[in-house]
Amino acid sequence: MKITRKDFLRISGLGLLAVAGRKAVRAVAERTSERASEQTSAPFAKQVRWGMAIDLQKCRQKDGCDRCIKACHSTHNVPQFSDRAHEVKWIWKEPFKNVFPAAQTGYTREFFGNLPVLLVCNHCDDPPCQDVCPVKATWKREDGVVTIDFHRCIGCRYCMAACPYGARSFNWLDPRPAIATVNLDFPTRTKGVVEKCNFCEERLAKGLGPACAESCEEKAIVFGDLEKPDSEVRRLLRSRFAVQRQPELGTGPAVYYIV
Amino acid sequence: MSDRPLILAGLTLFVGLVTTPIWHGALDRKAALTAPPIQLPAQEKQCVAPASYMRSSHMQLLEHWRDEAARDGRRQFVAFNGKIYDKNPTRTCVTQCHTDRKEFCERCHDYAGVSDPDCWNCHNDSQRTSRSAP
Amino acid sequence: MFMFEKALTGGRKYWLWITSLFLLVLAGSLCYVLQLTHGLAVTGLSRDVSWGLYIAQFTFFVGVAASAVMVVLPYYLHDYQQFGRITILGELLAVTAVTMCILFIFVDLGQPTRIVNIVLHPQPKSVMFWDMIALGGYLLMNAAIAVVTLTAQREQVPAPGWIKPVIILSIPWAIGIHTVTAFLYSGLPGRSYWLTAILAPRFLASAFASGPALLILLCLALRKLSGFDAGREAIQKLAVIVTYALAINMFLILAEVFTAFYSEIPAHEEHFEYLFIGLNGDRHLVLWMWLSTLLSGVALALLLVPKWRNNIRLLVVACVCVFVSIWLDKGLGLIVGGMAPSPLGAVTRYVPTLPESAIVLGIWASGALMITVFYKITLSVWEDN
Repeated sequence: MKITRKDFLRISGLGLLAVAGRKAVRAVAERTSERASEQTSAPFAKQVRWGMAIDLQKCRQKDGCDRCIKACHSTHNVPQFSDRAHEVKWIWKEPFKNVFPAAQTGYTREFFGNLPVLLVCNHCDDPPCQDVCPVKATWKREDGVVTIDFHRCIGCRYCMAACPYGARSFNWLDPRPAIATVNLDFPTRTKGVVEKCNFCEERLAKGLGPACAESCEEKAIVFGDLEKPDSEVRRLLRSRFAVQRQPELGTGPAVYYIV
Repeated sequence: MSDRPLILAGLTLFVGLVTTPIWHGALDRKAALTAPPIQLPAQEKQCVAPASYMRSSHMQLLEHWRDEAARDGRRQFVAFNGKIYDKNPTRTCVTQCHTDRKEFCERCHDYAGVSDPDCWNCHNDSQRTSRSAP
Repeated sequence: MFMFEKALTGGRKYWLWITSLFLLVLAGSLCYVLQLTHGLAVTGLSRDVSWGLYIAQFTFFVGVAASAVMVVLPYYLHDYQQFGRITILGELLAVTAVTMCILFIFVDLGQPTRIVNIVLHPQPKSVMFWDMIALGGYLLMNAAIAVVTLTAQREQVPAPGWIKPVIILSIPWAIGIHTVTAFLYSGLPGRSYWLTAILAPRFLASAFASGPALLILLCLALRKLSGFDAGREAIQKLAVIVTYALAINMFLILAEVFTAFYSEIPAHEEHFEYLFIGLNGDRHLVLWMWLSTLLSGVALALLLVPKWRNNIRLLVVACVCVFVSIWLDKGLGLIVGGMAPSPLGAVTRYVPTLPESAIVLGIWASGALMITVFYKITLSVWEDN
């Protein structure tokens, strides 16, 4: 049998492809089986569902107060960029009329419209960001915290498009130079990944509450277990009228606003 | 065939280029086969795993730590000798033991010819020493 | 490489064209290096408008790729012989367009070195995962079909039988790639401009107008440059396809506009207002969107009248109008208009920066390079016969 040069190249090319394909399949298979075994081992406390209630009236008591914002952003090494386009923020204020566009009439707008509302990630029951992420870099933990693996994020920003609450920020440039003092207990991020409020999961692991709630002198932010009927947050939600942002989207926010 | 010298010359050039690391290593006097002196932690004698394992597989261990801590909430690492560590590279590894990344991490990475670790782009060391300014 | 040597012969003009394309690719690559070192801050993107020209170009070219089905289907399912030659050209256009799409996604990533994570940690719930499978499969299929058919033509033997099922599969698959691409957007809560069931039909209609329009232009260019004639009847048939698709696309857009403005639901109105009237004093897209509308109107008028459509000069004008109009609507307005106003009502201006545009131009140039080489090879094979 005579083998032409073209045939030779074709056969060796196919052979190489087959070897590479086998390697890839094996790598993927290993990864998936590894993850499967890990997931069954030691989950987060299943009985807990972390949530938050923000008392807007208490929050307004001190004009221009930004203690919680400062506390969060310094705890988590959130960079401060002056350019609005490149802004990174985990917790911030936005006028009432933008946050609850449907919950107002022409008359309430006069009074409420420009009042500030504190915003964080809603840590949804059914987060759209989790479903769209192509690499499982963001997911909801058993205890309800929606978190991000900064090592895995490929920076496609699909989660930013999917989040109906604008909770997510992207690192358009290296954040390091824009951090005044670095907190050694929390990593900074690298350029090209998405970040957002993590409900202070690193503090929860140590038995502490979120930094924003702790820093608020008016106790306007109440954090706790939504599954526990006698938790402070549940008691508050029983006694006062509270709303969620855009509940009609079916995302099930875990952040409640007492109005 | 008139192409023969051309083909042979090309082949020689190709083989020469491909084997660059070998003859470069042989010619370079400075390239030594003895491990470089690295700065070992002063107070600790034993790492979270035997040194031979750490030398070859610290990256896999760290990756494993990351996945377990972030995804499963398992933040404690029980070492081979029964000691328990926090899976926290900043606190457990960098602040307590391997304080000098130049003398420990980078020296060995240089020797092994692998690129410098970029852990410190995010995981802070108190000195904030940056080798190549970002 | 496959008959690549045929692309290495050409006149002075051919090499001038190739060189200038290479220079554009080079410029784009240099700008990409700039983006790699400084981050995506070198683009005009922002926290509010987090997707822009890259993703919009991706969407547009998925459409161009899918439109190959408009020549493949008549030729293989209806045995429309006039499309015999143009079909290979269409498939090669699809290969080029999909490659460009992959490049556009790649340059949009913040951490491109981690792209293998999509394979290592696949998430079947993500539409992006399915888009990857759809585009990858389509690329392989079309490449295989084009190579096998062309080889058979060179050897002057019939194409092997196994390629037929692949061709048949590529037809629904083409519809699939653009549907999945539409689902990337239309399944997101809180993005009212995209949250519409007719987004996928709209994508298909605009694709089947812009793609064949581009193919007509390419065929006419080939006739001028190389003397290859796709045939008057084939071109006319394509023109009819463009006419229908354009009309359906305009109808679907009008349906959207009606729903938004007659219902008067603010979240649905706002995006159209932003694009066509201006919102919060930001009117920088208004001119472009009306230009797009105008061009579509002109093109439809030129295409509807048979006498005008059969006039090659007017057909060229119409095809350019269609292509530019849909490029403006889909390659610019669709993504930016969906992102502004943001879920919090912010209207943030997005203007692509110079490096960003250079990267886009570089990818366009690499696309042009690919199509030049592909067509050159194909035409040489046909000439040899």
